[in-house]
Amino acid sequence: MAVIIENNTLKPEQIEKIKNICKSHGNNENNLINILHETQSTFGYLPKEVQEVIAEELNIPVGRVFGVVTFYSFFTMVPKGEHPISICLGTACYVRGAEKILEEFKKELGLEVGQTTKDGKFSLSCLRCIGACGLAPVVMIGEKVYGRVTPASVKDIIAEYK
Amino acid sequence: MAKYKMHILCCGGTGCRASKSDEILENFKKIILEKNLDDEVQVIQTGCFGFCEKGPIVKILPDNTFYTEVTPEDALEIVEEHVIKGRKVKRLLYMDPDKKEHISDSKHMNFYKKQIRIALRNCGFINPENIEEYIARDGYMAIGKCLTEMTPEQVIAEIKLSGLRGRGGGGFPTGLKWEFASKYHDDQKYVVCNADEGDPGAFMDRSILEGDPHSVLEAMAICGYSIGANKGLIYIRAEYPLAIERLKIAIKQAKEYGLLGDNIFGTDFSFDITLRLGAGAFVCGEETALIHSMEGQRGEPTPKPPFPAESGFMKKPTNVNNVETFANIPVIINKGANWFNKIGTEKSKGTKVFALAGKINNVGLIEVPMGTTLREVIYEIGGGIKSGKEFKAVQTGGPSGGCLTKDFLDTPIDYDNLVAAGSMMGSGGMIVMDEDDCMVSIAKFYMEFIVEESCGKCVPCRLGTKRLYEILEKITRGNGTMEDLDLLKNLSKTVKATSLCGLGQTAPNPILSTLNNFYDEYVAHVRDKKCPAGQCRHLLKFEIDPEKCVGCTVCARNCPVNAITGTVKQPHTIDQEICIKCGACFQKCKFGAISKK
Amino acid sequence: MKRIKSLDDLKKLSKNAKNKFDLREKANDPDKVVQIKVAMATCGIASGAKETMDFLIEELDRQSIKAIVTQTGCMGYCYAEPTIEVTMPNNDPIVFGYVDTKKAKEIVEKYIKKNELVDGILPVNYETIDKQ
Repeated sequence: MAVIIENNTLKPEQIEKIKNICKSHGNNENNLINILHETQSTFGYLPKEVQEVIAEELNIPVGRVFGVVTFYSFFTMVPKGEHPISICLGTACYVRGAEKILEEFKKELGLEVGQTTKDGKFSLSCLRCIGACGLAPVVMIGEKVYGRVTPASVKDIIAEYK
Repeated sequence: MAKYKMHILCCGGTGCRASKSDEILENFKKIILEKNLDDEVQVIQTGCFGFCEKGPIVKILPDNTFYTEVTPEDALEIVEEHVIKGRKVKRLLYMDPDKKEHISDSKHMNFYKKQIRIALRNCGFINPENIEEYIARDGYMAIGKCLTEMTPEQVIAEIKLSGLRGRGGGGFPTGLKWEFASKYHDDQKYVVCNADEGDPGAFMDRSILEGDPHSVLEAMAICGYSIGANKGLIYIRAEYPLAIERLKIAIKQAKEYGLLGDNIFGTDFSFDITLRLGAGAFVCGEETALIHSMEGQRGEPTPKPPFPAESGFMKKPTNVNNVETFANIPVIINKGANWFNKIGTEKSKGTKVFALAGKINNVGLIEVPMGTTLREVIYEIGGGIKSGKEFKAVQTGGPSGGCLTKDFLDTPIDYDNLVAAGSMMGSGGMIVMDEDDCMVSIAKFYMEFIVEESCGKCVPCRLGTKRLYEILEKITRGNGTMEDLDLLKNLSKTVKATSLCGLGQTAPNPILSTLNNFYDEYVAHVRDKKCPAGQCRHLLKFEIDPEKCVGCTVCARNCPVNAITGTVKQPHTIDQEICIKCGACFQKCKFGAISKK
Repeated sequence: MKRIKSLDDLKKLSKNAKNKFDLREKANDPDKVVQIKVAMATCGIASGAKETMDFLIEELDRQSIKAIVTQTGCMGYCYAEPTIEVTMPNNDPIVFGYVDTKKAKEIVEKYIKKNELVDGILPVNYETIDKQ
């Protein structure tokens, strides 16, 4: 779950946390991706302020950190919802009707892909294959995987989290 | 308590049920009861035997008799002859197509012999979190043999002789790759395992890492020994948390047992392995992009040469192989190259793991010798098409591959045949499609994927794939022209010829192969403004059959744009000008009065 | 656990491990030990394999049935997850598909306790390389 960063400034203990993550990877710029993974799992997302601290610790330009964060789909600069919903749009899920599932989630939550509900509860994104093609179409909410999802079952799935 | 002496297993798979296996089951139960055998014989419905072509299947245990194409009437004969008198019903036994002999035990049938597990040998057999179970299955024997009995040159020669080719896509000979890497000398060299399984719809690497992580670790050490590297890196997708966890456990255990680390088996060979996480970029499957990503950079490819063998990770000589390739290595060393190269076809040796998915009954992971035909894989092992629909195409090779039609069903699968057929092996995803899948939409689906995943470094891929996508979008909306089809083809060829890396060079394959194999379907979209599979929403036309419509008004009430008009108990009509083709009316109509064309 | 320092060490360990492995399959006490493998890869877990495994361990323990329940990787029957493989003493292994806790209970009550088969058996459709 996303940690709130107030007034776009990090608290001293938050800065300390980031520094420790960098240090545990030897402040080595080659480990940038592993560092970003760990930081994102701590803060829930990677806002500009966090990237600046990492850049300083690794002694590299912020632009380089930003370049990496925006290149990879796994990293996000906006906080995700309390229950991030990811619809698998891999080929196996696609041919088994994943698009209809996505439409249903959009309709039920009133969200477009990449958005978060106003109450911060749900966010909607797509991903490409989690390798559970036997259960297609598949939806992931947080760490939990829902298989053989039908448009009719979408409502019930969302209700579990309300 | 009943002590059953015999079991009668009736297949309850979709295919067999479609040919009355339910009735067979009921008949058996009835007859067994009538003959007072219910204390001794138990009748059971099972899951699909996979051999649907010869269904319905009935199997008798304990003598493992496999009856094929059984009818409900045959039940009586099987009980009277086989169960009571112990005589097998010959006419129902499987007939070997080559030898023209009846085979009663399924273990001797070609179909069940078709799967051979080499890369998956331990998956589903051992506990992946216990190194001793791997050791009990001759684990780490191969590295032991290499270190104590073979020189690095001999190991490379053995891998070359085995004919093993890269399982990640291209099919480059593994032994040759190792030889190149061994020729460059430096103070530090690296072995990299590519576990960035990016092809959506393929999951064999995940299964191997989750089910048998040590086989990959052992193989990386063998590679390290033969090319002179003492560091290994596994680049793994962050989307596979369980595989990461199992790998971490495996590395820790191997280190504790002294099978990784310094002076393995008391020799002066040391080898260590660490993990690098990917972060969701398809292009990172390309080895130069993967290396940049491991260095903490954007995963953009660079032109080859220099090949990683010369200048790879941290500009040092590096050998990159994929997970499944590595999983084959220990077996080749233990059983010998000559054992391995007897399996498969002339130029493609060994087995290949395929992830069967899509509109197929037995979605799953299978491993078959190279040279098995698509028909065998889809109909015999895969159990045929879901819901009895018509097979239309099978997509192999993921976003870099192509769609093969039923004309290719009897083509033996190997690297070269698939390329000749306009597709490729890729990592082994096989997505089966039926009559309801629109091939233009499939091409569009892959192009959308590529547009999203193109790293943007070179112009042909960055802009070319975007234009290709737009043309496809135009066609599926019914605005395409015949000139667009030519443009599509020409631009595809340009992107292929001029892109920097493998991603761009293969990106137009789904378009080219569907254009080749399903040209009529493209023409239908363009000239007739029709989608034959009924998938392209904009080309659909919903109509109400006045004969069937009872005027219940459900459709009119559910239409979001009020395109349906009519009075109660009178046939309704749809105003095509207003209709947005959402299909809500089609779904809601209880009388089947609305048609989708 | 000791570090392996030579190939001989490994061979010794392998032999021991093989014995242990064998023991697990054939068991000293052939009337009582049941061996169950639960396929626990991503798709298995997503379909509830963990619940099935926990249930089996608890249930067998509760009923004092001697059994060894272990986890393993993907068996390849993705369409029928969760899948488990049950090996009764002196019997060939049998794979069951779609094993939720209810099915698991049925397997315990019928197959394990009474040697009656239950619906939902998946035929093993491959060979391992050992048989080659």
